[in-house]
Amino acid sequence: MNNHYYGWGLPIDISTHGWQIDRLINVMHVIMAVLFVGWVLFLIYALIRFRARAGHKAEYHVKHFKTPTFLEVAVAVTEVILLTAFSFPIWHSYTQEFPSRDKAVQIKVVAEQFAWNIHYSGKDGIFARSSPKLMTSTNPLGLDPDDPNGKDDAATINQLHIPVNTPVIVDLMSKDVIHSFSLPVMRVKQDAIPGQSVPLWFEAKQPGEFEIACAQLCGLGHYRMRGFFVVEEKDKFEQWMTEQSTQ
Amino acid sequence: MDDGTIDPMTHDYSHELPFWRKYIFSTDHKMIGIQYALTGLIFLLFGFGLMMLMRWQLAYPGQPLPGIGTWFSENVMPGGIMLPEFYNQLGAMHGTIMVFLGVVPLAVGGFGNFVLPLQIGAPDMAFPKLNMVSYWFLLTGGVIMFASFFVPGGAAQSGWTSYAPLSVIASSGQTWWLVGMTFLINSSLLGSVNFIVTTAQLRADGLSFNRLPFFVWAQFVTSFLLLLAFPPLMAAGILQLMDRVAHTSFFMPTGLVVSGQLLEGISGGGNAVLWQHLFWFLAHPEVYVLILPAMGIVAEVIACNTRKPLYGYKALVGSTIFLGFMSFIVWAHHMYLTGMGQNLSAFFQVTTMIISIPSIIILTTLILSLWGGAIRFTVPMLFALAFLPMFGIGGLTGLPLGLNAADIHLHDTYYVIGHFHYVVAPGTIFALFAGIYHWFPKATGRKMNDFLGRLHFWPSFVLMNCIFMPMLIQGLAGVSRRLYDPMQYAHAQPTQPLNVFISISAWCLALAQIPFIINFFWSLFAGKKVDQNPWEATTLEWTAPSPPPHGNFAQVPTVYRGPYEYSTPNAKKDFWPQSMKETN
Amino acid sequence: MSDTAAIRYISHPHPVTGVTNSKLGVWCFLASEVMLFGGLFSAYIMLRTGVPDWPRGHEVLNVPLATLNTMILITSSVTMVMAWASLELKSLSKFRLHMALTVLLGLAFLVVKAFEYGHKFEHHHFPATSNFYATYFTLTGLHGLHVVGGIVVNTYFLLFGIKMWDKDPEQFTGRIEASGLYWHFVDLVWIFLFPVLYLL
Repeated sequence: MNNHYYGWGLPIDISTHGWQIDRLINVMHVIMAVLFVGWVLFLIYALIRFRARAGHKAEYHVKHFKTPTFLEVAVAVTEVILLTAFSFPIWHSYTQEFPSRDKAVQIKVVAEQFAWNIHYSGKDGIFARSSPKLMTSTNPLGLDPDDPNGKDDAATINQLHIPVNTPVIVDLMSKDVIHSFSLPVMRVKQDAIPGQSVPLWFEAKQPGEFEIACAQLCGLGHYRMRGFFVVEEKDKFEQWMTEQSTQ
Repeated sequence: MDDGTIDPMTHDYSHELPFWRKYIFSTDHKMIGIQYALTGLIFLLFGFGLMMLMRWQLAYPGQPLPGIGTWFSENVMPGGIMLPEFYNQLGAMHGTIMVFLGVVPLAVGGFGNFVLPLQIGAPDMAFPKLNMVSYWFLLTGGVIMFASFFVPGGAAQSGWTSYAPLSVIASSGQTWWLVGMTFLINSSLLGSVNFIVTTAQLRADGLSFNRLPFFVWAQFVTSFLLLLAFPPLMAAGILQLMDRVAHTSFFMPTGLVVSGQLLEGISGGGNAVLWQHLFWFLAHPEVYVLILPAMGIVAEVIACNTRKPLYGYKALVGSTIFLGFMSFIVWAHHMYLTGMGQNLSAFFQVTTMIISIPSIIILTTLILSLWGGAIRFTVPMLFALAFLPMFGIGGLTGLPLGLNAADIHLHDTYYVIGHFHYVVAPGTIFALFAGIYHWFPKATGRKMNDFLGRLHFWPSFVLMNCIFMPMLIQGLAGVSRRLYDPMQYAHAQPTQPLNVFISISAWCLALAQIPFIINFFWSLFAGKKVDQNPWEATTLEWTAPSPPPHGNFAQVPTVYRGPYEYSTPNAKKDFWPQSMKETN
Repeated sequence: MSDTAAIRYISHPHPVTGVTNSKLGVWCFLASEVMLFGGLFSAYIMLRTGVPDWPRGHEVLNVPLATLNTMILITSSVTMVMAWASLELKSLSKFRLHMALTVLLGLAFLVVKAFEYGHKFEHHHFPATSNFYATYFTLTGLHGLHVVGGIVVNTYFLLFGIKMWDKDPEQFTGRIEASGLYWHFVDLVWIFLFPVLYLL
């Protein structure tokens, strides 16, 4: 059903920021291929031309090659360009250029062995209080039932729905061990570290049904820590939110 | 003899030691080197075996392993079907064993111990008894690691990286891992002191630092990495041991809820990322420990088999020293996704890009060393030549990982596994094979069989690429590492056929090692006998008998020239040994 | 083995490096020890700065007792130097005296530490109690193990290794010098531990 999203190359990219990452990966691989092919061609040529055979002697004094120095400088300059023109700006945007919280859908994702607890703040943008002491199997987030801010909150297990073309801010946490929240089609990945809350943002530009993956070994259930990631039209999303928050 | 070497015909062997002091508790660097090498080779085979089991589960998830599946207890493979816990144990121990019990003991303990004193004209290491203790620490650590499979809960299963808090709450095998690591770390520490002092103090007369074979330089820099980078891991290990055994909270934040229960009896207030900082502070220099001795071996084999001096000796040495320094300030590129801000990540990206430069210089000078040569395609040379493009792929694939923006997609995927295996497997391990074929005659007085060597090389070379190139593809597709069953994820399903291809290639690679194993043992008894310099090489180890007796040289040799005087103009032969006074 | 070369620079220094093998060896070892304790101190800094509340050392730990221990250790470093100097001045009896004092002072340090730990345990303060205590016990415990190691080595030299004085006095003096360097390092670590744990 969703095989046209994934194949042998980069997965489909439905995010607003992912194209920069893909471009960087592609540019890098072209540079790597050029360097590698150059090395290998030189290597093969040298092996053939300078193979030991009757009448062939090795040269003690070999000329100094200028090309390698030129190559080193070119590599260094290329790396500076990759850093300053590509990587630094992407990371800056990824970690600093957050959309304003009142315009974004705010979600807390709390990872645990072996599921994703998703907590929506709802329209008021305020999350209900939560505490480890209140956590039970039916209340895995430990939400305070008496907190009035929690009325429009929604909490799910492994169901991450977001509206298309809307910025989303996720505050990522973990209850127990280090997990890693990964949305391959969004080019989003962030370690969920217990004791820390790390914010991340993203925006999807295409609806569909995708998945959340755990990208850090977290125990025997690491391989099945799969969540459902659904991007849908805004009205469908709001309908779903209403359904979730009344439960 | 006149040049200080021992004449095997007249040397008095009668005062040799009893069996247990000559072979078991030896203080002779050559015997200790062989002990390290054999131990390393056995653990490499064992670690390879662990991975071959994992490859069954990856190729055919949930299927019972035919035949040997029933050998395993119902606790780990009920009905021959691997449990996820066991898969995780195999993964964590494969990494630990290959790095700390396979490659380092063979590359540093084996080759370093055997060759280094001979190449500098020394009678032994500076501290022979300490050398012996280092080996026995290694073996003790190895036995503990092996035994950990059999304790309740099994071996360590939190990755070779042992990230907290997972490793703190894991079963008792993790404590065994920590104790085993203590022995392995101290083995390396004591060994590194020995190597540094030996190289600084016991060089032959006339053997200045810029006449040293590059192999010695590589081992020397490696020793500094081991000396200075391992202790923070020891510190981390002590802290994790305290967390596990004394219930401290160094790595345990407040308010942890495990399996629905608030974790009681600990104070909290700890930092999970602290473990990562201390771990990677060692583990990054550790990867240069894995590659530098290999580069040293490749350099020796290339110089000898091109019959000309190495190109760019000064650049090679300078790059190696610079690499050693830089290796201490790149560690957090393993931690880009831990919530790192702009400044810290910019620092580590810059240092990581900078460190790629000396690596490229080293690879380029080794390739350029072929130019103008008279290349002999001996078996050691085949492995040394293959090292070059394989290390090239490994090094190049490190570049996207070193940029944190690209790392967002590639972090913790099979791209990482492909990257580092290219460097370590068809990289370092091929170099180690080159070293074995090259120095086997010196250690045993016999040559290994040439045909079996080529039969070992060609399938291994092809199969290594069949195993690790597809992993780079899987990584680009986003497939995570350490997955017991990749079929659970939609994005991993399309590349599942690659898993079958990789697994079959891995099992075939195991078969391709059989010619080597046969060759190794057969040649010990029936290999063609050789004199002291069968390869017609210039460095000092080739002036001692094959094998050298205890003490190596009659008196300290005198060195008159650099290490690679091959095809010197006006010399009678195409090689001019370092300690030979007149031209031959 | 008489017709093979011997290992050089055991008793006499290398012309270029200027040191004997054991001296260079112990300096290398101490460099690794700096990294070990450095790793632990870095962990301490990261943990302390990561939380809002952390007890003041002088409010919780026994400063007078630790000051006494500091004096004990510093004195033992002096006696250690004297032991080595006695050998340089060829006085074996003075060496025995000063080495024995060094060992005794080392043992005294451990006895005081045992009182400190015992007192803490009586009041139910264990490593698990808080990260302050975890750090305190781990850092002083590892240091204490290093003190034990030094005592063992020094006792060995005092009772058994001293036989080497007759065979090769220079090598024996070199060994005591190396042991002294280690002992000074252990003292130095304590000089850092004391203010960091007890005063700050």
